[in-house]
Amino acid sequence: MTTRRDPAEERLGWLLCTPAVLAMLLVTAYPIAYAVWLSLFRYDLRFPDERVFVGLANYASVLTSEVWWGALFNTLTITLASVALELVLGLALALVMHRVLFLRRTLRASVLVPYAIITVVAALAWKFAFDPVTGFVNPWFGTERAWLTERWSAFLVIILTEVWKTTPFMALLLLAGLTLVPRELLEAARVDGASAWQRFRRIQLPLLRPTLLVALLFRTLDAFRIFDTVFVQTRGAQGTETVSLIGYQTLVTRLNLGLGSAVSVLIFLGVLAIAAVFVKGLGASLSREGEAR
Amino acid sequence: MNERGILERLFWRVGALLVIGYALLPVAWILALSLKPAAALGDGRFLPRAPSLEHYRAIFADAQFPAALLNSLGIAALATLASVLLGMLAAYAIVRLRFRGRSLVLGAALAIAMFPPVAVIGPLFELWRGIGLYDTWPGLILPYMTFTLPLAIWTLAAYFREIPWDLDQAARVDGATPLQAFRYVIAPLAAPGVFTAAILVFIFAWNDFLFAAALTSTNAARTVPAAIAFFTGSSRFELPTGSIAAASVVVTVPVTLLVLVFQRRIVAGLTAGAVKG
Repeated sequence: MTTRRDPAEERLGWLLCTPAVLAMLLVTAYPIAYAVWLSLFRYDLRFPDERVFVGLANYASVLTSEVWWGALFNTLTITLASVALELVLGLALALVMHRVLFLRRTLRASVLVPYAIITVVAALAWKFAFDPVTGFVNPWFGTERAWLTERWSAFLVIILTEVWKTTPFMALLLLAGLTLVPRELLEAARVDGASAWQRFRRIQLPLLRPTLLVALLFRTLDAFRIFDTVFVQTRGAQGTETVSLIGYQTLVTRLNLGLGSAVSVLIFLGVLAIAAVFVKGLGASLSREGEAR
Repeated sequence: MNERGILERLFWRVGALLVIGYALLPVAWILALSLKPAAALGDGRFLPRAPSLEHYRAIFADAQFPAALLNSLGIAALATLASVLLGMLAAYAIVRLRFRGRSLVLGAALAIAMFPPVAVIGPLFELWRGIGLYDTWPGLILPYMTFTLPLAIWTLAAYFREIPWDLDQAARVDGATPLQAFRYVIAPLAAPGVFTAAILVFIFAWNDFLFAAALTSTNAARTVPAAIAFFTGSSRFELPTGSIAAASVVVTVPVTLLVLVFQRRIVAGLTAGAVKG
């Protein structure tokens, strides 16, 4: 099948894909190449005539700055905490949606609401909720805290917002995975005396593994790029800066294109590294599955 | 039913109610906040005591919010149209034709889905200023179209794979012209997939803040998320909480309705790529 190719079909195939491929090259490949190029210059848009080639000096100054490492630490903290929570909560939500017949339509519809809401709006809603003047959190829990003015409580609010907004996505993916588990298998296990926990642990969870890894990959990459929530809730104050926020501030607020591009390239490398780790894990899990068959 | 069965059912029902509460609490909160008169914003209650529409009147009396709403609608709609059109061509080729580089296109799409947008805002900022696209509709439509293409291609390809394309041949044998075969046989079968891809792409473009914040500066092209995030009140020192809440409700309602009406399609579209691998 694959050896015989029709040249006309080949041409048409390329013709149809060209607009999409061109758009993708134009708006991502070219700018990232340009970013690599810009990162080798001392280039400040406020003084555009003083562009000087500096080699890797921008990378050296980013990689020796405390701000970058602090932001990387913050980003990884937020990523790990929110993805871990989303995973547990998403699995619980998926199990509930899978099991319950009661209010099923309302349930599935309401879970889509966080997905539909603009991230900026979600971030503001939670910000106002935790605000000591307008919020309901302090009166409800009897606390008197200015949550977003201290580092760790600010992280708590940021992570909560992320988890609220993106858990439904995780849950829906896992729910789709759960519906692929054969019912007879679970029934048979129940007849054989397996408890609910054993059925979940020994049958559903292993069969969910590939879906779980894909969901984790997408969410981890997404969380690593976190920008909107942090920008809206703290603008990076109280030591809550993330790498994307630093990139934005260097590029757009301070108009330092050379240094900012170096930050952008480093973020890009970070994303590549995360993707590589997952793809390796995914490949290993798929090949193990292949052997098992 | 035995006692254990009843307990188990009760357990799952409570779970369902908790999930609904979890999903809707912040929405109810922002709605309640938007209805509180300015003087009552700091009363520490959840629900407004005397609901008022003053914040809604205020945001529509100002020029900024209606302009942003129009920008958001126009830019997201045009980006959706462009992305779905290009995505359809590519997805059709990927599903129906055998050509070298088919997996290359799919791989490129996947790579872009993982791409960090912040890595390109610097170069785009400079390029757009150079060629006059900064703070214009096309300046945002282009990046939105590109960053949603992977979503469009993957979703459409997943749907197109399920279409029985031979029906087209059958219609032709029965005497239909190629255009008729497409119009009456293939198009109705492809429509749900196209529609699903369009909703997902629209939500993505509607939601974006980073590009909007970096590539726009005035009412000419500033979209709602950026406008809300940079809202300024009457005084510099006071956050216009009421106006922000009202604006948030206004932009949340249409998309939420869209999502609720097309619930099933969206869930199918979101999970199509990930589960089938």
